[in-house]
Amino acid sequence: MRADLALIYDWVPHGARVLDLGCGDGTLLAALSAQKQVTGYGLEIDSDGISRCLEKGVDVIEQDLDQGLTNIPDDTFDLVIMTQALQVLRRPDLMLDEMLRVANECIIAFPNFAWWRHRLSLGLKGRMPVSRSLPHAWYDTPNIHLSTFRDFADLCRQQGHTITDQAVGNGNREGQWRHRRWPNLFGQDAIFRVKR
Amino acid sequence: MPETLSSTSVGLVTPQVARFDTPLRLACGRELPAFELVYETYGTLNETASNAVLICHALSGHHHAAGYHHVDDRKPGWWDAHIGPGKSIDTRRFFVITVNNLGGCHGSTGPSSENPATGRIWGPDFPLMTVTDWVNSQAMLADRLGIQRFAAVVGGSLGGMQVLQWAMSLPERVANATVIAATPRLSAQNIAFNEVARQAIRSDPEFFDGWYSEHQTLPRQGLRLARMVGHITYLSEHSMGARFGRDLRTDSLNYGYDVEFEVESYLRYQGDTFSTRFDANTYLLMTKALDYFDPAGEHEDDLPRALSTATCRFLVVSFTTDWRFAPARSRELVDALLRAGKHVSYANIDSPHGHDAFLLPNERYEAVLGGFMTRVANDVEQATGGNS
Repeated sequence: MRADLALIYDWVPHGARVLDLGCGDGTLLAALSAQKQVTGYGLEIDSDGISRCLEKGVDVIEQDLDQGLTNIPDDTFDLVIMTQALQVLRRPDLMLDEMLRVANECIIAFPNFAWWRHRLSLGLKGRMPVSRSLPHAWYDTPNIHLSTFRDFADLCRQQGHTITDQAVGNGNREGQWRHRRWPNLFGQDAIFRVKR
Repeated sequence: MPETLSSTSVGLVTPQVARFDTPLRLACGRELPAFELVYETYGTLNETASNAVLICHALSGHHHAAGYHHVDDRKPGWWDAHIGPGKSIDTRRFFVITVNNLGGCHGSTGPSSENPATGRIWGPDFPLMTVTDWVNSQAMLADRLGIQRFAAVVGGSLGGMQVLQWAMSLPERVANATVIAATPRLSAQNIAFNEVARQAIRSDPEFFDGWYSEHQTLPRQGLRLARMVGHITYLSEHSMGARFGRDLRTDSLNYGYDVEFEVESYLRYQGDTFSTRFDANTYLLMTKALDYFDPAGEHEDDLPRALSTATCRFLVVSFTTDWRFAPARSRELVDALLRAGKHVSYANIDSPHGHDAFLLPNERYEAVLGGFMTRVANDVEQATGGNS
């Protein structure tokens, strides 16, 4: 399993009711349901991802996250997970509130724009960074709301939410993800655990 | 039937008849003392009878869903695109059953059958059927075939409503439910279209209050109109436009009321063929069953509560250009299932073909339905320990 998913896997409590936003091929939910008796749904718009989920027996609902989660009542889930989708949303701030409406806790992983190599590219070379975590050129990127480790922490505070855990990892999503000093500078990918 | 049969066809099939002499109590309060169901099966039932899949048909459907009856048949069964060896509903792994519903006109007991109490045909005296009645009669056939629990119950449109009813009223007998291009209840607009169809039939002077066969006639004109209006709701504006546009049958306008536009010709043809092969009383009864279906209505408009008894895993499928039972109606069902905490997956398939899309081949549709059914087959085979 990808390193970011492995870390999230460890963070999800046994038997939790989980909503996975942008669940991809359902790898995380399949593992959580098989080994941790987790129940819940993935939301996805990619047709291949949806088919893979169906083959695995992961409950997947075709839903565009930019339409919000208005069809889901308050506190339906214990936990909402979103990996590598925050930066493609039209309004990440509204989504954060929505996630913490349908569950008390959420886990969000996204590429950190302030990673030192990204800074080097922009600051020294004067070019939009392209890296393993941000593989697109500026003109065809789906990432319309890039942010930094620190930006996201600020947003959580501004919206009155509590960060209970945070970590960074490399853009390959391999190896051990961990807490480290100066995460805003040395973390290529950021991951946060946030409560209401 | 093509001269060389494709390896993905179930080939030649023969309908079977099951007779039941135990009375069936109906939702309308009446009782059918005895009845027959005509059905087809494809594939082989495994030793534990755990690989059975029930296919429920739509308004004008019947038991002949796949393969051919005769070598000279021009077309295969109505869902041949999805049932067969290697297809979405893989007959190498599943034992597939398709039934002609009670009240139908393709062999099962219906308005054109003889009423044992009078010796006349039932005609308009045949009781109105509901989706629940169909499910109960299908369950009796399942008992007869030794099937305690279906691996999956699958259906589109009115067939999808039967699937929902199975899941709600006989939850212990359904492991998986696939509800395609359906709705949890008809809208006022849906009922309105049905009423136009019914009025077209009932106001035909050849209808004779439903006793047309005793007058050696048929309400052809009424049934033809009913089918024409129905057919418009099955297609999308786009698919009609793409297929016919404003094309004319002749070189120029002829300033009269004969067929001028291609779309008129098409609708008349559809109406004509339907009016000779379908029974008017059956059509009336089927549209009523559609109108009556409303599980939420039986639970103070609380759809999640209506669905609370279900225990199976659901797959809900809609089609982007379906305006008869639009994707939003499937979403209502999905949201209600989610609120009820049920296992549910949902896909909205991009298709230009409107409501009819559920009958047609479509790559993504096959990936979704096939993906879900592959998992169902895997579960069955895992439980029985290896291949069935």
